Amino acid sequence: MISVHLIIFLIFGAVCVAGAINLLAQTHPINSALSLVVVMGALAVEYLLLGAEFVAAVQVIVYAGAIMVLFVFVIMLLNAGKEERTKGGSYVAMIVGIPGMLAGSVLVAWVLLTHSGTNSVAAGALPGSPTQLAPLLFHEFLLPFEVTSILVLVAIMGAVVLASHPNADQKKEKA
Amino acid sequence: MVPLSYYLILSGILFACGVTGFLIKRNIITIFMSIELMLNGVNLSFVAFAAQWHALSGQVFVFFVMVVAAAEAAVGLAIIIAVYRTRETLNVDQVNLLKL
Repeated sequence: MISVHLIIFLIFGAVCVAGAINLLAQTHPINSALSLVVVMGALAVEYLLLGAEFVAAVQVIVYAGAIMVLFVFVIMLLNAGKEERTKGGSYVAMIVGIPGMLAGSVLVAWVLLTHSGTNSVAAGALPGSPTQLAPLLFHEFLLPFEVTSILVLVAIMGAVVLASHPNADQKKEKA
Repeated sequence: MVPLSYYLILSGILFACGVTGFLIKRNIITIFMSIELMLNGVNLSFVAFAAQWHALSGQVFVFFVMVVAAAEAAVGLAIIIAVYRTRETLNVDQVNLLKL
């Protein structure tokens, strides 16, 4: 029996995987960035399917919005062109790595399918609206929440210091 | 009804794509995007497990992961700008010295 929920999951899961593979296949960083936006948008739909409304909204606003704009901005700023390939890479990595990774993925998929196949998650099984998340975020996890504010403050200062021009101070002193 | 394992497999595929991109890509910005892809894969399994075990704290954790990812992206991209300014390349194979 195939439900509508499963069909939506499969469609957006396929979009997700296609975007992720396209990220690997593209050589220009701007194309990779745009496929990452597709992945994040499709993931937001998956979150909605799971009932996590707040997380879906934050995913679109923070990830697909803020973080990806930052990425595209930096790609444009640095005028990043096509990826250069370095010759003489390690063949051991290709000979051992790719079959090893395939074997690992098959093993993980087999374990997941055989040991958790009976459980299924209903659409909107756990409503995660802002009203339900707020008590958790502002009571139970109040300390981690406050710590993240310090983290973000430090990150802002670090980004400004790192990205500022090294000779900016000297120029000011001369002027 | 979607089996929990489907969500976990999707999350695993995204994580594996992120790891592969991290290893095979040579552009420092694309490598950074692969890290974001891995974080997204982990977030999906967090939300799936939260729904499975009716624990809303899983979704709060996703929120924290996103905050840390945003901070990481800001600092990381600033580092990339600094690297480009001193070496004028984005190819990680050419960035092999700590000191110029």
